[in-house]
Amino acid sequence: MEDKEKPKTSRRKFLENLGLLGTGALAASAAVYSGYHYEHSKNKTGRKIKVLTADNQLAEVDAGSLTISGKPTLTALQMRGREGIKHRRWVMIIDLSKCRNARKCIAACQEAHHLRPEQYHINTLQMQESEKTAPFFMPKPCQHCDNPPCVSVCPVDATFKRPDGPVLIDNERCIGCRFCIAACPYSARSFNWIEPKFANQDKGKTYDVELNVPQKKGTITKCLFSSDRIREGKLPYCVSACPNGVYYFGDENEDAVTNGTTKETVRLSKLLRDNGGYRLMEELGTKPRVYYLPPKNRLFPFPEEGNIIEKEG
Amino acid sequence: MEPINLSEKITTDILRPVGITKSFKIWMTALLVAFGICIYAYTLQLRNGLGVTGLRDYISWGMYIANFVFFVASSLIGMLISAVLGLSGAKWITPIARIAEIIALAFASVAGLVIISDMGRPERLPNVFIYGRIQSPILWDVTVVTTYVVISALLLYLPLIPDLAICSRRMDTPPWLRKIYRLMSLGWSGTPEQTAMIQKCTRILLILIVPVALAIHTVTSWLFAATPRAGWNSSVFGPYFVSGAFVAGAAAVIIAMYFFRRNYKLHDYITDSHFDKMGKLLVLVSLVYLYFNINEFLVPGYKLEKAEAKYLHEIFAGRYAVLFWSAQLLGVIIPIILLLIKSVRKPLPMMIIAAFVLAASWIKRLLIVVPTQEHPFLPIQYVPQNFKFYTPTLTETLITLASIILVLIIVTILSKFFPVIPIEETINELKHGDK
Repeated sequence: MEDKEKPKTSRRKFLENLGLLGTGALAASAAVYSGYHYEHSKNKTGRKIKVLTADNQLAEVDAGSLTISGKPTLTALQMRGREGIKHRRWVMIIDLSKCRNARKCIAACQEAHHLRPEQYHINTLQMQESEKTAPFFMPKPCQHCDNPPCVSVCPVDATFKRPDGPVLIDNERCIGCRFCIAACPYSARSFNWIEPKFANQDKGKTYDVELNVPQKKGTITKCLFSSDRIREGKLPYCVSACPNGVYYFGDENEDAVTNGTTKETVRLSKLLRDNGGYRLMEELGTKPRVYYLPPKNRLFPFPEEGNIIEKEG
Repeated sequence: MEPINLSEKITTDILRPVGITKSFKIWMTALLVAFGICIYAYTLQLRNGLGVTGLRDYISWGMYIANFVFFVASSLIGMLISAVLGLSGAKWITPIARIAEIIALAFASVAGLVIISDMGRPERLPNVFIYGRIQSPILWDVTVVTTYVVISALLLYLPLIPDLAICSRRMDTPPWLRKIYRLMSLGWSGTPEQTAMIQKCTRILLILIVPVALAIHTVTSWLFAATPRAGWNSSVFGPYFVSGAFVAGAAAVIIAMYFFRRNYKLHDYITDSHFDKMGKLLVLVSLVYLYFNINEFLVPGYKLEKAEAKYLHEIFAGRYAVLFWSAQLLGVIIPIILLLIKSVRKPLPMMIIAAFVLAASWIKRLLIVVPTQEHPFLPIQYVPQNFKFYTPTLTETLITLASIILVLIIVTILSKFFPVIPIEETINELKHGDK
């Protein structure tokens, strides 16, 4: 008897459960649907607007569902800044035989990035390798190493290496520990020790990680390979500002670099091969993305010895 | 001598300085006022940025980082005395083990705060936990220093439990304080099971603290050694830092022993023989430290590679020569020679020597941190003069002082509310000695 009754009870129970489940599912989907419907209808104004799509088609949309995408948010800028530009490998060549220390690169850079005069993303140094060798000027931006010591030591991933080459800094995340300054053998980094120069003027601006503006007190600032400019297909600020044809900038994947002064585009591999291109402190294994062409045949005078601010020796 | 009377005498002797006395109030008020002034300096830094310090783009780590290294260093002594000597069966450490633990806990916990004072954006400290990258030695440092603070606190607390029970039974203590002691003693009644449990836990912690302590200072040395800079780019930095740490810590313990013995009238417990043994220990660790110093300076000094040469010249014969040689002579070499003489290993002369050793240890940390940065691979040009050389400012000095005062405050509070010498252990050892 008992054995026979058991399945009966189970079937009833099963049907009961099924009914419960069904009702539950119906209620849930109704709720989801009404929520969905509400989300869609809440912005409906009934007013139609004509818009032009990216492929030149005229379309009509409800005024309520239109968002203007002119101003990217901080998060969008940060994500874009970390992703970089696909299929590119940016590279810079600095021809030391041409540099006359005009310092126009520095001025353009400091203006673009809202820096104080003593804050350098790029600085021109007066170098002399040894006593008998000739002195020369050496522009020194961040070397955008492929094996960057600064990125390795950053505790919070505020400074990072982008797939297309540049090493950037997110000053919305930087904690100001300055471990990266300690680790950089090229002294390429600067810090906002006090309130930045344009703090008042830049108030309320959305922070663009590719320009590093607004600068922020207590965070690192550094050369960005002008990531905001290369996104627009333009040459970096320093490269365009040089009056002496010192800089070439371009894409290693295309094997082409463009001179910022003459706008002449040449083969990267040929330029390096023909002129004995080299990188700074190769022995440290940092693998810089900045190449130098040696300071040979300089046809202009160097300031007399006494004016050299500090010999390297 | 009756054992009961003896243990009563021990209890009374050790507990005599415990409690809020007039001298404690005066000393604490002085400390707190000084601390308040220094904290005002920190508010200036919070408001105006790290620009209030002498740090700039090229020398961007200075007194704060040196002080941090010094604090981590001094805290290592807890491990050396309690764990290394304790586990190897040295009985003489009983009356000074707790002092060493107090020193360790005070220095290690304040070290964590010191590092925050060096941050450009201290309010973003949570980023270290939210976005922490395991590749960064800072993450390793945060992990091991926190672990060390926790283990040190437990190593101070566990052996204290029986003594807390004794404290809670004392009639002349205010009732609220007795209640706290009773709560903290966790119902200790001295049963064999309880004793066995505490001994087992303490033993496990004593073993655990050895690798953790070695790790905190080794990792601290890697903050420098992990960079390619001349002067920091050294493979002996780990052991060099650890050996130096024992020197600083031993000196700190000797100074603390001297003042506890004098001010708390503990002459019967911290005896001349303890000073004699600590003197020998300081000689031993100083000799090891001297050995690493020779390695650290002689080897690169012999080769004089381009970048190393500039930095070495600066500390051997340049801007930092006076500081460097006085730290080496007054802080390492002369103390070793003096402490080899038996008649010098007496409380007062040893306290004076230890003060020199401790001061030299602090200066030595500054010499590890600063000169290297003044001589980067590429020349420092086209910047204001104060970018080229580091000169600490008053604000920065006050903020550093704040951390030292905070260590004194912690040591004072711990030693005023808890017996600095383990009562139960001292009694037990005497009983066993009688048998």
